[in-house]
Order: sequence, then structure tokens, then C-alpha cells
Amino acid sequence: MFLAPAAIIMAIALLYPLGYMVWGSFRDWNPSQTIGEAEFVGLRNYIFLWNDPNFRESLGVTLKFAFFVVTLEMVIGVGLALLLDRNIRGMSVLRTLFILPMMIAPVVVGLMWRYMYHPTLGTFNQFLDSVGLPRVDWLGDHALMSVIIADIWQWTPFIFILTLAALQSLPRSALEAARIDGATPWQQIWHIKLPLMMPVLIVTCLLRLIDAFKVLEVILVMTEGGPGLSTEILALRISRTATEFRELGVAAAMSNYLLMLLMLLTLAMFAYTRIQEMRAARLRAQIEEEG
Amino acid sequence: MAQTYEKQNPAFFVLLAVLIFMAVGPIALMLINSFKLDVDIISGSTGLLFLPTIQNYETALCDVLPYELDHLDFCAVKFGGAFINSLIIALISTALTLVIGCMAAYALVRFKFMGRDTASFTTLMVRMVPPAVLLVPVFGLWNNEFCIDRDTMVGELIRDTFGGRGDVCLAGTHSGIILIYVAMNLPFVIWILQSFIVQVPQQLEEAARMDGAGPFQVFFLVVLPLIKPGLAAAAIFTFRVAWNEYLLASALSDRDTKTVPILIVNNMSEFNVEWGVIMATGMLLAIPPIIFTLLASRQIITGMTAGAVKG
Repeated sequence: MFLAPAAIIMAIALLYPLGYMVWGSFRDWNPSQTIGEAEFVGLRNYIFLWNDPNFRESLGVTLKFAFFVVTLEMVIGVGLALLLDRNIRGMSVLRTLFILPMMIAPVVVGLMWRYMYHPTLGTFNQFLDSVGLPRVDWLGDHALMSVIIADIWQWTPFIFILTLAALQSLPRSALEAARIDGATPWQQIWHIKLPLMMPVLIVTCLLRLIDAFKVLEVILVMTEGGPGLSTEILALRISRTATEFRELGVAAAMSNYLLMLLMLLTLAMFAYTRIQEMRAARLRAQIEEEG
Repeated sequence: MAQTYEKQNPAFFVLLAVLIFMAVGPIALMLINSFKLDVDIISGSTGLLFLPTIQNYETALCDVLPYELDHLDFCAVKFGGAFINSLIIALISTALTLVIGCMAAYALVRFKFMGRDTASFTTLMVRMVPPAVLLVPVFGLWNNEFCIDRDTMVGELIRDTFGGRGDVCLAGTHSGIILIYVAMNLPFVIWILQSFIVQVPQQLEEAARMDGAGPFQVFFLVVLPLIKPGLAAAAIFTFRVAWNEYLLASALSDRDTKTVPILIVNNMSEFNVEWGVIMATGMLLAIPPIIFTLLASRQIITGMTAGAVKG
């Protein structure tokens, strides 16, 4: 009774469309047709994509983007959290300032960074000019790096906040005991804090990984996928195939490839989380026993 | 007892200042530029020496301002209408998502029924579907299948009354966009609220039931007031997505249902970018979420942590 409205809406607007998409991916389908009118072509769209070098490049760009974004954000975010996990005045103000970038619309973030990367007007090149260094063609040859930097700016705070919260809920007694035993700060981090936080870290990482495949607007506004295909991530390619080239069937097949990839990643991460959870629980029990 | 603060190394505070500057700097830069004339932006002084002007904001807003402006030529941006569309869509979809989402979350936590685990798992899996993946089927369905046909009764009636093609599709209407946003946000809201509802003591609910309250009364009068922080967090995140989303809105809206993000992208891709006006529009889009964040940062952080720690 309580569940019905949610179930109905999700069925109409998520599950049915997803099924519809799978069905449509086997057809030569354009936006002006209903799916019944489109010609059935079997696996043609999938095979076409499999052999399409542009699709492969997009896939590569997407994986590269997701990999660098998640790795760098995890390292920076967790590092910051470990560094700032102390009693300082104004911690709550600090946290509020850090979550601001996450709340701003991706299109606005894209526009901000497009301005800062501008070859002549942009903040970065003006800075380089003023210290006498050569200008950098941010959104040209280094476009992928530049969009990665923009994403790091927007989403590192997410990891920072979650990690900080996890750090502050660690059992104080264990850390105290380790300090009395003479463990160096580095040893405390490596042998106690990180292992205990592992489950949270993995979930955080998983959330960011999934979200990294959703990024689209920032890149669209900054580079429109270019130059060439250098920043054309899959999400962008799907939307372009559907709306510009009007090849809904191919776009649907592409979406299915992306979904399968995401599902594999999620399942792998889930399995890994279970393992780490058990390990952390064992460690916690061990610490409590000793303390 | 007053909170004691550890003494910190001065270098630590320098680092802190740099971090804050990096986090907030780009936003501040955009705010400053939105008050500059294009001449000042192009002349390229990053400095603060310029004459602040609200002309950009006037241009961005001009089609809702009651008076004639001397720079009406630049009045290309139809901000007012888009702003109202954004508001309608974001507010209605947030309200719907919250109501439906917390009912579902409550059911998943409290009632034992067949398929509960499946429902819970489906919710989680659906959360990972990117909007770009939804784009294709939703675009097709909303345009072609979810229509009131011109030949059926209602369609005929509409055609005769309002003219036009006669078949009314979900695409291009506010409801079409609202429906997909509600569906997109539901998994997340259910997920967050579950971890808040688990913490509600079950004795309270039982006590209420002993006093003769029905399940709906228990839910609305006992449970909801107790999970207010969770609701606030969920509301902010839902609003954020609905307010900021571009891709689906651009595929599903027509001339009259455009939202602000679409305006910004349309203006970006034109050859000659009017930076001042675009930044002013961007600021206007960014202000509501910024205010929310400043007011409710505690709720936001609680909400995020609840989501992640529960797994």
C-alpha cells in the first residue's frame, strides 16, 4: 500500500523505458517512428558498434576519465580528511564551504571552467602570462586533463566530507591505545584508521565511480566532446547519436553496452565490499578485545 | 564544558586558506565577472579594478522587467519564462518524490512482505542508470508512445478545442519532465530515508497503534516528524538534481517548457559568447542551491553520510 506509488512510477518511467530500450536496440529506429514501425535488424547495431573505431575511442576516453577522476579524487579527498581530522575552530564553516561546488549546476561549473581555461581571457593563462611562463592550450591538446581537473574540483569535496565523517566516528579508544603504545601518526593511519574505514571508502568509491559515468553537462559545455573525439565520453556520444544523428537504435545499443559495463563494475565492487566489511568487523572486535 | 582546540602549526592555517580559496575561488570569480561589462572582461584585467554594473543581470532578466531598456537589442535571453519553468518543475518533482519516496522507504523498512529484498535491490540498481542511458527510451516513449491519440475521444476533444495536431504527447509538457525526475530521484530518496527510518524506535509506533491509530496515522503523525532531518536532506538533493539537470530537460522540453540550464548551454554554443550575460545567468541559476547549502549544510552532510555508511 505504501510501496505502490513508488513502484508504479518507477515501473512506468524507469523499468519500462529500460526494457523498451533493449527492444529498440535491435531495430533500425529513428525518433519519428514508434518502435513497432522500425525495422528489426537483430544484432546489427551491436556488431556495428563493436567494429566502430569512434565508439571504441569514446569507450576508452570514458574509462580513462572515470579512472583518473576516481583515483585522484579518492587520494586527494582521503588525504585532506586525514589532514583536517582535528579539533579546529570553524570546522563546520569549512565543511559548508567545501560542499558548495557540489551543489552548483554542472552546466554552470562547465561555464566557469570554460572561462578560466579560455586561451586569452582565462584566469590560468593570465596567471601564466604574469609570471612569464608560456600559455597552455587548456581545452586543446590537454582537453581531457582539463575536464578531469574540473571534475576533481567539483567532486573531491564529496569524498572529503564522507571520509571525515567516517574518521570522526572511529572508536576513540583504539586510536588512544595505539598512541600510548607509541605508534607513529603514519602507522596509526596505515594500520588502524584506513582498515577500519575501508567499507565506507569502498562505498564512496563505488558511488563516485557510478557518478563518473554520468558526467555529461560539464564536458558538453566546456569542450562539446572535442577537439576531435578527445573528450567525447560515452554519455555525450549517446546523446549526440540520439538527438543529432537521430539513430535511436544505435544509441540504444550503445546505452546497453554502457549499462552492462556499469553493472559488472557494481557487482564486482559489491562483492569486494562484503569482504572488506567482514575484515573491518574482525579488526574492530580484535581492538575491543585488547582494549 | 567548552570545546578545547589543539594548537596548530601556522603552516596548517596557510594550507587551510589555500584549500578554501581553491574551493570557493571559481565561484567568486564568476560572481565578480557577472558584474563586469564585457569590455572589462575582455580587456583581461583579472584585478578588482572595474566599475561594477548590474547591466548583465538586467539583460539576463530583461524580458520580465516591466520597463523598456536602452540595450533591448541584447534581449535575446528569455530568462524569466525559463526561470519559472525551472521552479515549477523542481518544486513539484521534489514534493512528489518526497511523499512517494518516504512511503516506500517506510514500507521497505517496517513491513515484511514477499519480494522485499528484490524491491530493495532493484532500487539500488536503478540508482546507477545514467541519465544519458535513459535519454534514448524516454525520448522515444514520451514522443511517440505516451500520447493521447488524436483519434480517441480525449484527443479529439483537445483538437477541437485548442486546434493543433490533436495528439498530445508527454514530451514538451511540464508533467513529462516532472515524471522522469521523480522516477530518477526516487531510488536515492528511498535509499537515504531507509537509514533514517530504521532509527525510529519501534515502541513509539506500537504505542500509537495501541491508542488506536491506523497505519497511515502512525506514519504521518509519528514517523514523519521524527525523520525531519532526513526529509530535509533528501529534499535538498532532489531539488538539486531537478534544478540543475540539463540533458533530459533539453530532450523533453519544447519552446515553452525550457529550463534555465538549457538557456545557458544554448548561449554557450553560439559563436560570439557574451561572457558577462552568461555569467549573470549562471549566477542566477547557482544562487538557490548556494543559499540552500549555506542554510542546511548540517542536513546535507548528515544525508550524504547516512547514504554512504549504510552501503
